[in-house]
This record gives sequence, structure tokens and C-alpha cells, in this order.
Amino acid sequence: MTLGLINANPVVHAKKERIARSDDPHADDAVDPLDIYDILFFFSFSLLPLPTQLTVEILDLALTNFVRDIRDPEHPYSLEQLSVLSEESISVDDKLGRILITFTPTVQHCSMATVIGLCLRVKLKHYFPPHYKVDIKVSPGSHANEESVNKQLNDKERVAAALENPNLRQLVDECLYSNEL
Amino acid sequence: MMELKEIQRLEGHTDKVWSLAWNPTTGHAGIPLVFASCSGDKTVRIWEQNLSSGLWACTAVLDETHTRTVRSCAWSPSGKLLATASFDATTAIWENVGGDFECVSTLEGHENEVKCVSWNAAGTLLATCSRDKSVWIWEVLPGNEFECVSVLQGHSQDVKMVKWHPTEDILFSCSYDNSVKVWADEGDSDDWQCVQTLGEPNNGHTSTVWALSFNVSGDKMVTCSDDLTLKVWETESVGTQSGGGFAPWTHLCTLSGYHDRTIFSVHWSREGIFASGAADNAIRLFVDDNESQVGGPLYKLLLKKEKAHDMDINSVQWSPGEKPVLASASDDGTIKVWELTSY
Repeated sequence: MTLGLINANPVVHAKKERIARSDDPHADDAVDPLDIYDILFFFSFSLLPLPTQLTVEILDLALTNFVRDIRDPEHPYSLEQLSVLSEESISVDDKLGRILITFTPTVQHCSMATVIGLCLRVKLKHYFPPHYKVDIKVSPGSHANEESVNKQLNDKERVAAALENPNLRQLVDECLYSNEL
Repeated sequence: MMELKEIQRLEGHTDKVWSLAWNPTTGHAGIPLVFASCSGDKTVRIWEQNLSSGLWACTAVLDETHTRTVRSCAWSPSGKLLATASFDATTAIWENVGGDFECVSTLEGHENEVKCVSWNAAGTLLATCSRDKSVWIWEVLPGNEFECVSVLQGHSQDVKMVKWHPTEDILFSCSYDNSVKVWADEGDSDDWQCVQTLGEPNNGHTSTVWALSFNVSGDKMVTCSDDLTLKVWETESVGTQSGGGFAPWTHLCTLSGYHDRTIFSVHWSREGIFASGAADNAIRLFVDDNESQVGGPLYKLLLKKEKAHDMDINSVQWSPGEKPVLASASDDGTIKVWELTSY
């Protein structure tokens, strides 16, 4: 099957130069937003062509029908290049142990928003002390189903169930490891 | 002053512990307290108290039956059967045969993950709910057979929990659609209908409702939600209407400002204290505010146990028995048992 590209002409931004940071200003157990960003920086994302009516039902088994297309990514760009994530996307409250990640889907109706959120959650899962709480949201105004997507992204029971779905888990793993350095 | 003192920390599960359930026939007349726990590791563990030491040990691991997370477990009122709900879309029924647990029945039908299972007070009916938005009612037949007598549609999203009323055959379900629905059999031939919806228009929750619990007499109910509040509801004349119609539930009060993150569990003890377990890793206990002035708050915070666990708390349950203890289950893979003491 050949479906139209969800986003045929993404705007590709130049990568920001990395500025070396001194180790001094940070306590040993503090979480630096830039550290989180560096982890995600190497995270490449494959956008698959999926019908937009699956936007909210992306976690359903219907993904089985599309998994075979996974090796033909729509755009082999990292999330930074597509401006999905930036350094300003991440805020950390070390005192409360809270991390908030805000991302921008590449198009308002991007049906991959929930998969992007799942990938972010899996990627971050082992990098912080277990007591840190991670909230993931789409940037305000950036997605037509913002409220619905945010609720789904932060329902940990549905996240756990989604990651037990072998087809969806494979998709997440492909996104996470396809271009990891 | 009251304090929640940790009696024991139980390890064994290798993933999140989602739920736990006390065997209701234990803790009396010299019978040691027993509870079951279920986990993302796909197993169910049975824990039994040693009467000499007062501590719990794992006496059985129920595995190689469910192929995905076991999300919920529930004992029959007789204590002889244990039902377990799983993300593998099935509900398993286990029978305790001389200390060994045997899977005697598997209930299929839901399209995807089963979130919760609950027995009615008489042990004659079993309810299950799922992400497929439906609630199923099963009749318990002789010989460990189960027949589906009704498939209830009405929730517009994932159904998180089902719970039977403690004395009436009325079923309550709570959902990702932010509502609690009340179901009753309107005829004599399994004609189950939604008789009330507690949603946003009538003081209901504004986000996912995760759990609910009744007080001992069954005329009050507490619900907990992703909206960071607990709500208390009441009804009239439970049990005193001879053949009368269903008595509706009304909102009594909302407890807001106490919880920092999602409240996943709430349980009301026979002594009138309700416990909440939340994603901020704390356990809180609430009690009637008897000293409240007219129009003042009806319930007050009795205590907050910060850092009760290292991660989210998924379930809190008061035990049966003359001196109830509280058990809590967490994403950190452990279960803790607590006692409420004065100092």
C-alpha cells in the first residue's frame, strides 16, 4: 500500500551548536534539562503514514496493519531537526522531582503524537531516579486533539498496556534505536 | 496523635504491583490474615500471616496462566475463589485446593485489556470491565461455570473499575470518561440498565475516575480521580425500601487541595477512615470532621504518610479483622503493611 505522506514538506531547521557546560554549577543528584535534551537529541523518529482517524486510537491493535511499512520512514530526521523538541521543551523541578516535557507534533493532526509521547516515556524511563515524575504534553495550540492526547499520554495504565502490545512496542523500539549513536 | 507505622515491606514481584485484595474470611477466630497481589510481572502472589511473628510470607505464586499484566484481583465472599483480571483480555478464576491454587475457569469475551473484576455480596455475580468501554456481568453457576448474563454499554471510554454495592445487587463503574455509572437489574430476567450517571453536570469529576469505595453501611461512597480530588456521595434508605425503586446518589462534598498527583486508589474502613493512595507516593487518611461547624467541611485529613513508597501507589486496602491493618501496593514492586497507632 502507498499512502500519502502525512507531512510532505517538513521545515528542517539547522541544528544548534552544543555549548560545553561546566560541571561545577550542578549538584550530583540534580537533573539538568540539557542532560534530558542531550538524551533525546540522539533520538531519531520515523513518521509512518497512518490515517488521521487513528489519531486518538493509535494505541489500538489496528497498528498491526501498518507495521510492515515501518522500514519506509516518511522522514528520516531527528526530532530536533523537525522542531518537535527544543531545549525549551524540558523543565525540571528538582525540589519536587518533577519533569515536564512539551513537544510539538509536526502537523496539527499528526496521528503519531501519542507514539512520540510513548517513545519519549520509554527513552527517559531509565535515566532518572524512580521517584521523579515525568509529564509529557503537546505544546499548547499545536495539536487539534491537544486535551485528548495529553490525557492519554499521561495515563500510565494505558501506557503500560500499550507497551505490552508487541506491534506497538516494536514500533516504539524501531523509533528509539534506528539511529542511536 | 495518630501515626501510620510500617509493619512490613514485602518483596517478590518483579514489576509494578497494581492491586491487592484481602481474603474476607481471614483475620477472624484465629485464622491468619491472607491477601493476594497482582503485578505487571504477569503473576499473582498469595501472602499469609504467621500468627506468631505477625509477619506475612508468600505462600503461592500463580503464574503461567495470564500472558500479560494482571491488573486486578478479587476474592469471592466465601474466600474459596480468587478472580484475576488481565491485560490479556481474560479473567481467570482460581480455586484454593488444599493450599494450592488451580485455575478452574477462564472468562473470555472482552476485546482488549480487562481492568477490574468484582464479586457481589452474595457471591452469585461477577462483574468485569475493560478498555473496550464495556462492563460484563457474569452469573456464577455450579461447578465453577460462569455465564455472561449482560454486556453493559454506556461508558464512552476505558472503564477503570467495577464495584458491587456492599449490600444491594447494584453495580458501580468508573471510567476514563470522567463518570461513575450506576447499574441495576430493572426486571427479573437480567435486564441490567444504567440507572444513574455521576458526571460533570452533577458535581462529578473532571478527569478519569480511578476507584471508588463504600462505607460500612453502604449509604456513602467515596470516589478518586485524575483531577486530584476525592468526592463523597450519599444515598437514602439503603435496604429499607421493600421492593422499592433505586435510590439515587447525590454529591455530598469534594476534598480538594490535598493531593499533588493522580489518586489511583481509595478505600473506606469499617471504622470510618478512608485511605487514599496516589502518584505522589503518599498515603493519606481522612475521617469525619465531627467538630465541623454548620456548613463547614465534613471530612478532614487525619494524617499524611509522605514517601510511603518510592513510586506511585496503585492500591490501598484495609484488612478484615478486629484490628484492621492497611496494605499498599506500588510501582516500586513492593507491598507494605501498615498499622494505625497512637503516640
